[in-house]
Amino acid sequence: MKPFEYTRARDAAEAVGAYRPGSMYLGGGTNLVDLMRLGVARPDLLVDVSRLPYDRIEEADGGLRVGAAVRNTDLAVHPVVRARYPMLARSVLSGASGQVRAMATVAGNLLQRTRCPYFQDVSKPCNKREPGSGCPAIDGHHHNLAILGYSEHCVATHPSDLAVALAALDARVLVTGPGGDRAIPMPGLHRLPDDRPDRDTVLEPGDLITTVELPPPPPGVSRYRKVRERASFAFALVSIAAVLDVSDDGTVRDCRLALGGVAHAPWRAYRAEEALRGAPARAEEFARAADAELAQARPLAHNGYKVPLAHNLIVRTLQELL
Amino acid sequence: MVEITLRVNGTEHSVSIDTRVSLLDLLRERLGLTGSKKGCDHGQCGACTVLIDGRRANACLALAVAQDGREITTIEGLADGSDLHPLQAAFIARDAFQCGYCTPGQLCSAAGMLAEGGPSAITGDLAADPPLTREEIRERMSGNLCRCGAYVNIVTAIEDVSG
Repeated sequence: MKPFEYTRARDAAEAVGAYRPGSMYLGGGTNLVDLMRLGVARPDLLVDVSRLPYDRIEEADGGLRVGAAVRNTDLAVHPVVRARYPMLARSVLSGASGQVRAMATVAGNLLQRTRCPYFQDVSKPCNKREPGSGCPAIDGHHHNLAILGYSEHCVATHPSDLAVALAALDARVLVTGPGGDRAIPMPGLHRLPDDRPDRDTVLEPGDLITTVELPPPPPGVSRYRKVRERASFAFALVSIAAVLDVSDDGTVRDCRLALGGVAHAPWRAYRAEEALRGAPARAEEFARAADAELAQARPLAHNGYKVPLAHNLIVRTLQELL
Repeated sequence: MVEITLRVNGTEHSVSIDTRVSLLDLLRERLGLTGSKKGCDHGQCGACTVLIDGRRANACLALAVAQDGREITTIEGLADGSDLHPLQAAFIARDAFQCGYCTPGQLCSAAGMLAEGGPSAITGDLAADPPLTREEIRERMSGNLCRCGAYVNIVTAIEDVSG
């Protein structure tokens, strides 16, 4: 591991003030420390933000304010989250292991890096790790990489389950930084790779996530479902956060659909949502909506299975919400 | 080098460390507490699991410098003097190991897990904390691998203590 300096910030202003080019913020460290050990992350300075006073979950304006330093476990077991945002609790509980969830912070979960095998192997080229070096994944091991929104430069997926639920819930990510404070709507924190796959998010250098704001939960019933290669402690092949609100006459009043494991960012399925609003809430319409979304899919040589998997996941999950 | 102070199994230690040192390496190489094991060193196997302020953690992913002021419990601190922790006694009674390499991590993880409560990924109703069935225990212990495959007796031992 490359030598680095360490400083612990007491508040956000001190953290942002300590930031300089080559610095990284340290939360729970569950992804960053591993990447440093692998030589993928090489910070000169770690600014420890894990003890900043953003460790509370508070009800506000009919919604919830979740501090960036709240541990994943504490978010998932919070009584209000369990009662009003069950999809959120389930997304967190479906990720990682008990140990990792107990250490990892909310902001760290959102800012974790892709598990693309080439990104994590410094002996291989990777445009995300070393811009311009190439993407061996496109013609290599990509069975769990993107089918939507990728570019010729990068086919990585974002691994967070939490981010998928937040994308469906229209959450807002509050940020402070050298350029001031701002709120980033979800989905919107994470970006598609285009020609800058080194940038996972829209955050600027020195930006610090302080809070995640949840609006009141949308009407209807919700579900988070994750398909993976083993029953626990595995990343999604495809996951879905779904909310369905059906009128008394049996038509879809509103719905929210976000997919994980398919793109460089949590993928809000706007085309499927549009196809569903006002349509009869039944399986054929669900299938038509899934087709509308997945018409954009461009599977690679070895991940074509994700297209029917995502299709079936959308249809089956919506059926279960009826 | 950075000066930090932490309490390990009730004893305060002040040490000067390189910022790169993991909590696991500090425990094993500097404090002589070799009960916590290094398996994968990537947070995937759970052999290094300890309790930090009572919460289970992969000591390999925890930078020692970030644990300044924290209370650490390792397998060496789980028993109360010569009285084994109930989980330790249950592991012996149920023969919940073969080679034993993962056992310290299994025990610390189980101790942390039993204190956590709440739902898991497989819990049906999120409103109430579910009874810890074998399936619930397996899901909650998925961060601890046992290459010998002693899972059946590990789950039984934890069930003895949780029930």
